[in-house]
Amino acid sequence: MRKRRPAIKDHEREVGMFRRRSLLAAFIIVLMAGGLFSRLVYLQVIEHDVFITRSDNNRMRVEPLPPRRGLIHDRNGKLLAENRPTYNLTIVRERVDDLDQTLARLVDILGLPDDEVARLRERSLQRQRPYQPALLMSDLTEDQIARLAVNRYLLSGVEVEAQLMRYYPDPIVMSHVLGYVGRINEKELAELDPGNYAGTHFIGKTGIESTYESALHGEAGVRKVETNARGRVLRELDREPPDPGEDVTLTIDSRLQHMAYDLLDGRRGAIVAIEPKTGDILAMVSAPGFDINEFVTGISYDDYQALQQDHDLPLFNRAVRGQYPPGSTVKPFEALAALEYGVVKPHDVIYDPGYFQLPNDTRRYHNWLRWGHGRVDMERALEVSNNTYFYTMAYRLGIDRLSSFMHHFGFGEITSLDVQGASAGLMPSREWKRAKYNQVWFPGETLSAGIGQGYFMATPLQLAAATATLANQGHWVRPHLAKRVGEEALEPPFPDTKPDVDMDQEHWWQDVFKGMEAVVSGSEGTARRAGAGLQYDMAAKTGTAQVFSLGQNQKYNADELTERLRDHALFIGFAPVDDPQIALAVIVENAGGGVSGLGRELTDAWLLHEPEREPPDGSTVEEEGESTDGD
Amino acid sequence: MRVGRKRPLWHRLHLDPWLLGTLIALVSFGLVVLYSASGMSQGTTMAQAVRMGVALAGALVMAQFSPSVLYRWTPFAYGAGLLMLIAVEVMGDIGMGAQRWLELGPLRFQPSELMKIAMPMMLAAYLHRRPLPPSWKDLVVCGVLVAVPVALIARQPDLGTSLLVACAAVFVILLAGLSWKFILTLAALAGSAMPVLWINMHDYQRQRVLTFLDPESDPLGAGWNIIQSKTAIGSGGIEGKGWGLGTQSQLEFLPERHTDFIGAVLGEEFGLIGMTTILVLYLLLVARGLVMANQAQDTYGRLLAGSIVLTFFIYVFVNVGMVSGILPVVGVPLPLISYGGTSSVTLMAGFGILMSIHTHRRLLNH
Repeated sequence: MRKRRPAIKDHEREVGMFRRRSLLAAFIIVLMAGGLFSRLVYLQVIEHDVFITRSDNNRMRVEPLPPRRGLIHDRNGKLLAENRPTYNLTIVRERVDDLDQTLARLVDILGLPDDEVARLRERSLQRQRPYQPALLMSDLTEDQIARLAVNRYLLSGVEVEAQLMRYYPDPIVMSHVLGYVGRINEKELAELDPGNYAGTHFIGKTGIESTYESALHGEAGVRKVETNARGRVLRELDREPPDPGEDVTLTIDSRLQHMAYDLLDGRRGAIVAIEPKTGDILAMVSAPGFDINEFVTGISYDDYQALQQDHDLPLFNRAVRGQYPPGSTVKPFEALAALEYGVVKPHDVIYDPGYFQLPNDTRRYHNWLRWGHGRVDMERALEVSNNTYFYTMAYRLGIDRLSSFMHHFGFGEITSLDVQGASAGLMPSREWKRAKYNQVWFPGETLSAGIGQGYFMATPLQLAAATATLANQGHWVRPHLAKRVGEEALEPPFPDTKPDVDMDQEHWWQDVFKGMEAVVSGSEGTARRAGAGLQYDMAAKTGTAQVFSLGQNQKYNADELTERLRDHALFIGFAPVDDPQIALAVIVENAGGGVSGLGRELTDAWLLHEPEREPPDGSTVEEEGESTDGD
Repeated sequence: MRVGRKRPLWHRLHLDPWLLGTLIALVSFGLVVLYSASGMSQGTTMAQAVRMGVALAGALVMAQFSPSVLYRWTPFAYGAGLLMLIAVEVMGDIGMGAQRWLELGPLRFQPSELMKIAMPMMLAAYLHRRPLPPSWKDLVVCGVLVAVPVALIARQPDLGTSLLVACAAVFVILLAGLSWKFILTLAALAGSAMPVLWINMHDYQRQRVLTFLDPESDPLGAGWNIIQSKTAIGSGGIEGKGWGLGTQSQLEFLPERHTDFIGAVLGEEFGLIGMTTILVLYLLLVARGLVMANQAQDTYGRLLAGSIVLTFFIYVFVNVGMVSGILPVVGVPLPLISYGGTSSVTLMAGFGILMSIHTHRRLLNH
């Protein structure tokens, strides 16, 4: 075929060769073009759905629209918790090229201390799912916003987000009632509904904010937005507006709350006031309080440490968690128990030589008045808070009957409807002691329980609730803090309410009330000075809780004890006796005594002054009187 | 062959209506796509329109030179290209890093672009004088003629262009009738060299090759372009999202959207219909080119025309293959559509030569 030697061009052959080769090339070109075409068909027809989704995911972003948190008002409409617009700094990690560099720049731009980087880094990791903004800083200043705006091009993925932030106009007085909202932490994050909380950075941590979290929070909405490759929102495609959170109206009366807080006057203590008919908690104060607004913006580590290590325990809600020996304040309830179980009649007289002795026991259980009150019936026993009388009652009842009767009034139980973190206190019993200490019950312990000492523990809220039930002549209404949640009013009867306390003889209530009235009105009443000039009938009982137990023959001397070892002073009461409007419990730690005046001032304030129905602008507290003595 | 004066007007103007019509259709479609791909930039589109006009005018001018003139100029064009490549090499050594162009007053000139034309011209001219199929000696000469400029371009470094230049040369040799035995032997040798090369590579080199072959293994780096490009084309569907409505391109998810990846904009906004249209236009151009090459009167014209047409298709195939994700990402623009002047001028010059070869007819062959 091919000649090697003669280099002569064969034109025809060359043309034929070229024609064959170019035909082959054309054939291959058609094959290759066919290959490209099939590839395009694959991408644009077969896999079209996959790519249209990918393309939409690229450009479309579903952004959560956090709902506006519900407001909280007091019973008169005064605003207790509101939302104020603030500017927060958020970061979306997926849109950040270099997290470390970006955070370092942020710290630099905002002029923060260098060690903030670690904290910002930690916060940037706190979110539930990809592309969700994490909150870096809240409550930016105007200056910071301006600096961020100027340097925005350096900070891809970082956004300044306008957000409504919780604000409490009355942060300290309302601290333990409202609780506070704070940044959602990792543990909460794991438990929350990711959809509903996608745009929410704050959650109710304690108090009402926590109890009614789901109502206050509302339902998140979403908006679909189109973004460019750098994540900037270009336009909104679709919007499903959020359902704002429901407003909550509290039973708290702001004026009474303020007054109670001020009456405590910086001392450690708690006051709970309840409207007996409705179970409305009119005031619930634990002092000292703390500034809940600090917790919203993020309290600094040092400030938090200081609060935690404060000896006065400002973070501790004494009103619902503080467990105190109720002391003599249990005596009215014990009197009812004695009547109900028939171990005494109202006018039976007991002789008090100044002490009580168990049969076949030499130990003397002393009355607080060493030389004794002599002949005492029930009314006088309550009036003078005679111990011997009630030692006798306790002895006659025995711990089993005493304990079970006390339970009817809510001692040892949680009876409140919506008070977060309430403690049950402790109503001791034979079974309890066996289970707890594996020990038998000693008769002497019954006597201690009979004067509200020993193992017996109650919270101020429990005492107030028991007093309200007493005022209602046994009718139970669960104490509660919310009066209205959104459209829904919280009114008795409430679910799981304890059964009413029924007495065999209706007049026994009056017999006990008479003794309690004598406490404030009688010539020997332990709160007679606080009761001077009363314009209505008031039933009350004072009490003292020993912090420091005395030996058998030691004499109590308040001056010798340091302030911290002085007795807690207690007071319970309700008024007016024939139509109770308010029942309350007061405890002042280490006061030694003399807190009845606080109770009197509060009942005066509630009964004699028209509550202000319009939300007042300023503080409503007007100061009057000073405390008088107790027992 | 007919007598000269009976030739139609087109031939007297040295133009080919089919080729020219298809070219103008392609360029016009390209400008429409570019307007959208540049983000509705009138400035960019006008600049490109002017460039394409100049390039087209260049093609018309080129068509006026008869193939014999081109034939005579061939060694000078090749020699000048080679000298400039050496100049670039030397200046690149003196200056800093990669350099691809020469500054000639206000003009910047890429010698490698000249080589795209000069290389097939040189080989065609050489083989024109030789009996075909080429002998071993001819192949060695051709090998040297190809290897030197290709190596110089590869050193710039511009691997893509060097491969395209080599491609143009290989097409000349293949069309000249290189024996199948030789082709198969070479293919077998290259095939068996691959594993040897692979074994002797460092890990990082292997990694580079793998990323090159499978960019999607690196979705945020090399893979980003190709993933976005496939997404653009795939989401376009059959009818496309509409002109200027491609979200991938308009929202800047697609990088290099008006240059190398303009095909993805086309696929997204005009869908399979648009892609098929452009492919058909390219195929028409190639078909017409092959017909013209076959009608060429001498070896030089035949080989040169054939090589120009086949190389043009390679451009198309490599670019569309790249944006649709079946070929690795190399910097090859979509011919006559992508924004940019230099390569368009070269391509148009090629089509000018094609028309010159087709329309300058002699009555006798030799």
